[in-house]
Parts: sequence; structure tokens; C-alpha cells
Amino acid sequence: MKVRITVNGVLHEHDVEPRTLLAYFLREQCGLTGTHVGCDTSSCGCCVVVLDDEKAVKSCSMFAVQADGHQVLTVEGLAQGGALHPIQQGFWDQHGLQCGYCTPGMMLTSYVLLKHNANPSEAQIREGLAGNLCRCTGYQNIVKAVQQAAQTGVTSQEAAVRS
Amino acid sequence: MSIEAKPGKSLGVAMKRKEDPRFIQGKGHYVDDISLPGMLYMAIVRSPYPHATITSIDISEAIKVSGVKAVITGKDLEAAGLGWLPTFHGLDKQMVLAIGKVLFQYQEVAAVYAESRGAAADGAEVVQVDYDPLPVVADPFTAKKDETILRPDREAKTNHIYHWQVGDKDGTARALDGSAKKVKQRIWFQRCHPAPLEPCGCVAEFDKMGRLQFHVTSQAPHVYRTALSLVTGIPEDKIHVISPDIGGGFGNKVPVYAGYVCAVVGALKLGRPVKWIETRTENLTSTGFARDYHMDVELGATADGKLTALRVSTAADHGAFDAAADPTKYPAGMFGVVTGSYQFPVAFAEVDAYFTNKAPGGIAYRCSFRVTEASYGIERAMDILADELGMDAAELRRKNFVKKEQFPYASALGFTYDSGDYHQALEKALDKIGYPALLKEQAEKRGRGELMGIGISTFTEVVGAGPSKHFDILGIKMFDSAEVRIHPTGAGIVRAGTKSQGQGHETTWAQIVAEELGLDPQTIMVEEGDTDTAPYGLGTYASRSTPVAGAAIATAARRVREKAKKIAAHLLEVGEADVEWKDYNFQVKGVPTKSVTMKEVAFAAYTNPGPNEPGLEATNYYDPPNMTFPFGAYIAVVDVDRETGEVKVRRFLALDDCGTVINPLVVEGQIHGGLTEGFAIAFMQEIQYDAQGNNLNTNFTDYLLPTSLETPHWETANTVTPSPHHPLGAKGVGESPNVGSPAAFVNAVIDALSPLGIRHIDMPVTRDKVWRAIRDAEARREK
Repeated sequence: MKVRITVNGVLHEHDVEPRTLLAYFLREQCGLTGTHVGCDTSSCGCCVVVLDDEKAVKSCSMFAVQADGHQVLTVEGLAQGGALHPIQQGFWDQHGLQCGYCTPGMMLTSYVLLKHNANPSEAQIREGLAGNLCRCTGYQNIVKAVQQAAQTGVTSQEAAVRS
Repeated sequence: MSIEAKPGKSLGVAMKRKEDPRFIQGKGHYVDDISLPGMLYMAIVRSPYPHATITSIDISEAIKVSGVKAVITGKDLEAAGLGWLPTFHGLDKQMVLAIGKVLFQYQEVAAVYAESRGAAADGAEVVQVDYDPLPVVADPFTAKKDETILRPDREAKTNHIYHWQVGDKDGTARALDGSAKKVKQRIWFQRCHPAPLEPCGCVAEFDKMGRLQFHVTSQAPHVYRTALSLVTGIPEDKIHVISPDIGGGFGNKVPVYAGYVCAVVGALKLGRPVKWIETRTENLTSTGFARDYHMDVELGATADGKLTALRVSTAADHGAFDAAADPTKYPAGMFGVVTGSYQFPVAFAEVDAYFTNKAPGGIAYRCSFRVTEASYGIERAMDILADELGMDAAELRRKNFVKKEQFPYASALGFTYDSGDYHQALEKALDKIGYPALLKEQAEKRGRGELMGIGISTFTEVVGAGPSKHFDILGIKMFDSAEVRIHPTGAGIVRAGTKSQGQGHETTWAQIVAEELGLDPQTIMVEEGDTDTAPYGLGTYASRSTPVAGAAIATAARRVREKAKKIAAHLLEVGEADVEWKDYNFQVKGVPTKSVTMKEVAFAAYTNPGPNEPGLEATNYYDPPNMTFPFGAYIAVVDVDRETGEVKVRRFLALDDCGTVINPLVVEGQIHGGLTEGFAIAFMQEIQYDAQGNNLNTNFTDYLLPTSLETPHWETANTVTPSPHHPLGAKGVGESPNVGSPAAFVNAVIDALSPLGIRHIDMPVTRDKVWRAIRDAEARREK
């Protein structure tokens, strides 16, 4: 069946099997391989994307047909106008990644976290990221990365894009 | 805090990682991101039984499924001479697809090739396999009885795989008999699994020239190439192995798995590329597990706590095939480091390994071969001895440490420790955590019946395999290699036989070259994982990258510098003997104003080399003279809830000494990650099998990885004791935190419970086990 999903501002219209997961729609039909799959049980969060600029969803737990008509933000859509998003900058500056596999999902969960709480405490960040597993960093530098992003603010990227 | 890199001083700089921009923008290139025209997908049919005769396999329904192109079974592979795969040390072989019977649950039985991921899974679903169940052997102690022989295909009709021993057996027995104090404890290091977030997988393609292009999640691409050539008979020049970005390895991506062989066979048979990406369940149930060592540890000491002897007897559960990834001559790996950081007049260690109806493996999960088991065994036993002696755990360690002036130190079990300062490390760690205040607090809390524990682990690792006189895999000596090439503009490339899986080689290897040559690390590209371009190397595992390949890179860079010096002499119009390398430039001795930069020399190497051979490059194959011995002092502080058994890790201090530090940011990151994996092993993780051989931890809802919520806040510190034999003095660090931390956690919990008379709990130390131990102890006291 046909679905129309706007991914990172671009409309993607494809025929899909009804059982196609959103994660594989993004990876194999849109060619956006930054969304990763790390488990079969919605446990790891490597596949998290943002739905309608509002919700962090595990795209392995959603059918592509359920996203029909919706807006999806993936890691490929975070940087704007050649400027890294403050969350991306935070992960880089604070050594918030090692193998990079969990990173896209981790950043997109952080994106939604900061959208709902611009100034979270460490405890709130740790609670907000508890659905995303990381095997390399021990989370400490990820927390710092999110704190840096909160401090520099999402507006800095907007400023960079405008200038 | 990280800093931007610049030319000049590069070693020891907390430089931001060069590989990160692609990862944070979703531009990482992992194996499942590869999509080739005409590519097929493969799915594997697996056994639901741990031990059974296969009475029939019917593929007729499967090949009717829309999109399915072919199904192969073990008999097909056997007919093609590909039925069995040699294990890494070459001492056993394992079935690629089951032939005649299955030996563990989830064993590979058939491979299905189809046009899509979904069609392959649909086909696998309807392959009909009939089984006749056989008696199950689910532990090494049952295996030892040899009532059911699991491997009648082998010459020796026994489940016993090998006996390995080291040390003075009789002398140790005598010393133990004569010791004023003795302790003995059965300590089980449970079966666990590295579980990198990216599962294993591959894409196999025969290109238009008939050459195998094999993209695979491999920590050791060159070894894969050789192994594939030996197994399939494809000439090695017709195999190109490429390891793209790898989403974590931790030892899990060292062995060659059955799925890889099936993908290659499918690509050959069907003339189309074949992709195989395992599911998480397949990863946890069939690829390399770690540990599963049942250790009887005995310590002898004088009445005042001077160690007199160590004896360790181990039963190792290797599963259905002896696929432990150990060097050929070391079936129990580096288990001989079980004497730890201490002086033992005499010691003896032995390991007996057995086949069971469980998944094969025994890989080094974030540790040098069997070092974690050894470290955990000795560090737990030291605490049990301290308790028996009524002695402070720090004091017992202090009293028995190898002293700084004793290095290089010949251990009782045959290693020569390169360097160390264990006293300094422990004192600094105790000072940082405020040990006296913690002891005071603990005494007060104990007075109120509260359970607070302090756990110490002062471990020594042995990494950097290894010297070629001792170490090989499939006969290939465990050297590593590097090629350094400097371009006319002073940019360059370094290629190595290692393969980063998150360790940051693209940054740290560039830092080494930049430091040695006075160049900008940002313009030194690092390439690994491509067997067509990189010099032959044994790969990245067992903390061997920096000790071995790091040394190769430094040596190759120094060779480039020697060559550059000749060109510099030509440019400076003096004899080579009058040129010196100083402040990252070539200078005329005594005339600092008369100098040329490496960048100028690089340009001249291609434009004006004078009497010298043009070009500026060098290669080195580095055969380490010895292993390196990183060490550390870790301290955990826990509170245990007496009512629920819940353990709260309140503080954790990790002091590490890995010799010279190349990039402190990367080292700290590795320590955080390793501690988190150690925390998981201590408190959460086990691949459990029931008595019928059923795997009970087949996905992340049952095999737990810590989240950001449970993970403690890590405090780190360091001392620097360089390795005397490594060109940079570096020792390797990635695995130390995973090796050293489990004992610190468990020692802390047992210390908290010691007022109740509890002496040991096997990992994972779950709330349930703690609660039961408290309940039983209290019941005993009431009697």
C-alpha cells in the first residue's frame, strides 16, 4: 500500500508491505541509514526518530503505515544550513559517543527531552534517556552533552543559520 | 573538556575525535547500511532443541514462498566440503549448519536466501525439521561424568576438552598445608555476553572479476581473509575483506560465524550479493559468549597476613564446540595472571574444559584472554582472606603488593610484569575517596544495623598479545603493523592492521604520527579494516591495539623521520650528522635559527630530494618483546537495603595506570564504558540455561544492559608508570575497567553483608540473591 511521509521536510511517497516497520522504511526506502536497529524488542532505542516534532518514537515499533501523513525527523535532519545542531555539537565536544551506533537515537530522544524541558537537571536527563541503551560511554558524557546543548540553547543554531 | 587539535604537541592532548562528525550526522557506514544491486537477504533456521538427532529436513514449502530463491542445509555444505569450520586456535572444528544432530539450542540448521528481509524470514518459518531429542548436558560437572558423549565426531570419546596447568603443584600443596591461615572459595564467573548494540552481519558479493568482496563486522579483517581462504579454498588474493564502521565489538566480533560462511556460499551459488544481519536473539544465543569459569580459589597466608601460596582449579564450560578465542598455545588464555598484583612464593593454576549443550564461545569480552576471570578470582579471594584474618582489605593488599623496585617482576606463574607502582596507586585512590572517613561512617552505620560496604580491587592486567615466540592464531604470529605515508603537502595517511569499534583510532593513531613528525593531526588520515590496503595485522581485541599497533605506528613514523632527516640535511646543506630533531623541526645542531619543518621536508621529498630516494613513507611490523601490564586501584561504596536486598552504588572511584596516555579524553571515555559493562556483569547480566538446556536470556528484556538511570556516576583518577619496552610507554586501557571493576562491586556488597556472616555471593549479585542471603543469615542467627 502507498504511504506519504514527510521526512526531514521532504515528502517520501512509496509502496510498502503493510508489515514494513518505519525503521526499515526510513533505512531501505528513503535511504536514510542513520536510523539504526539494535534489538527486536523495542529495548535499545537505536531507532528513535521524532514524530511531528513532538514525540520520540522507536521506529522499530511503528509500522510505516502508521506514520502515513506524519512528519518524521531523523538524525540526517538535525543539522541545518551546514550548522550542527547544539545537541550534535554537545555530543562531539563532550565525547558523548564512541562506536556511534546508539548516537542518532540518543540525540533525537535528547531533542524531544529539551523541547519539553529546556533546562533539565541531571536526574531528569538520566530519566529521559532511560529508553536508550549505550554500550560504550557509560552515559556520563552523554549527560554532559545534553547539558551543554541545554546551555547553548537551540536558538544558537537558528542564529547560525540566519547569519 | 576536549580541545581542538593543532600541530606540535599531540601526544597526551585531549583532542576531540576526528571520526565524530560523521557519526553525529547519521553518516556512519555500518554493514547493514550497505545495499548492492540485486542483493538477496539470508535468514537462518535454528534448532529449538539443545541436543537432538535431526531425523528429517523438508524444504519443499520454503522454496515455494514468494521471493525465496534457495535453501541450503548442512548436508549440502558437507557435500561441498564446507560442512565444518575450524575454530580460531585450530584445535577443534564446528558445524556450519547442523549435520545429523544439533548440539545447542538456536544452533544453525538451514539457510534461506530470498529477495527481501521479510521473504527470507517467511521461508525460514516453514522449513520443516523433525528432531529426536537426546539427553542434555547443561553444565561442566555433568559433562565430566561422560555419561553422554556430546562429540562422538572427535577421536577422544570424552566431554573433556583439555587440561592446562601452570606453576608448582607439589610446592603449592606443601605451602598451603604449612600455612597458618587458609581460605578456599568456589567462585563462579557466570556466562555472559558482550552484546554490542550493532549485531553481527555481513554482505558477501562476488564481483565481475570473480573476486569475493566481503563486508563484515570483523574486529580482525585480515584473519578473516586467511580463515575464509583456508575454509573455502578461494585463493587469498581473490578475497577482499572490508570492515566498515562497527557498532561495538567487545570481543563478540572476533570469531568467524556460521552465518558468514552461509552468506558466501549463497553468493557463490546464486551469483548475487547476499546480506545477513543477525537479530538480537541470534546474537545472544549463538555468537561468542564469555567467561563461564567455575574457580576453586585457595589462598594461604601467615597469621599476620603475608601470602604464602595460591592454588586455583577451574572447570570451564566451553559449550558445544571449543570455539574459545585464545592463542594456540594458551587454551586458558592469560589465566596465569591470577596471581594479580601480589608476591606469591609459590602458586599453581589449572583449568579443565568441557563440552556442554550450550552455545560455543569463550571469547575475551572486553578483556585480554581470560584475564577478567583471573582478576575477579584473586581479588575476591583477597577480600575473603582479609575477612578471615580480621584485617583491613587495603592493609592486606599493601602488605603483599609487588614493590615498585621489584620490576621487571617474574610472577610465580611465569609472566614478567613490565612496570608498576601498586602502592602509589592504592594510596592515591584511598586518599581520593576519603577512606578513613568512609570507615568511620561504616562503623557508625553498623552500630545502627545499617549495611554499608566498601569494596577494593587492585588488579593487574596482561595485555598486548603478543610476542611471536609465544602467541599465534591459526599459526599466524600476533604481531601488528602500520604503514605511514606523508604526502607532498605534509598531510598523510596511516594504515594499520587493527580495526576500531569505537576506540577512537582515527584520532589516536593520527596523534601518534603527528607527535612523531611534528605534523597536524587533523591532516593525518587513518584507514583500517580494508585488507587490500592495510598491512597484515591481527586486529583489535584483548587491549592489543595501542600496545602492538600503536608501537608499529610510532616505529613506522620514526622510520619516516629518519628518512626525512636525510632530506633535511640536503635542504640545510649540512651533513646528516649535523642535523637534529628538536621542537618538532629539523635544526642544524647548535644553530636553532637554521631549520626546516617536516612540511618543508615532505614537499622536498617529492620535488627536491637531492641524493635521496624520493618519497616519504615507511612500514613496520611490530613484534612486541613482552606483554604490557596495566593496573589500577578501584574502590566502590555501596549501601544495601536490609529489607529488600537492593544495592545502591553510592560512589565508585577508578584509578587507572595505563602508562603513557595518548588522548586523555578517549581514555576516560573507555574507562566510563568499561566500568558500566563491569557494573552490568556484577549486578545484572547472565546467560542462564535451565537443566534442559534452554537459553533463558534471549533478548534485551531478559539479558539486561544498564540504562542511564541505574548507571552510577564514575569518578576517575590516574597515575602514569610507562611501559619500559613500548616505544611510547603506553600499555592499553580499554579493558581495565571491565577487568577490575566486578570484584570491587562484589567486594563492596559482601563487605556490607559481612556483619551477617555472609562470605560470598556469585554474580550477578541481584536484589533477589542478596535478599535471600540476608534472610538465610538472619534465620541462622535466630537458631
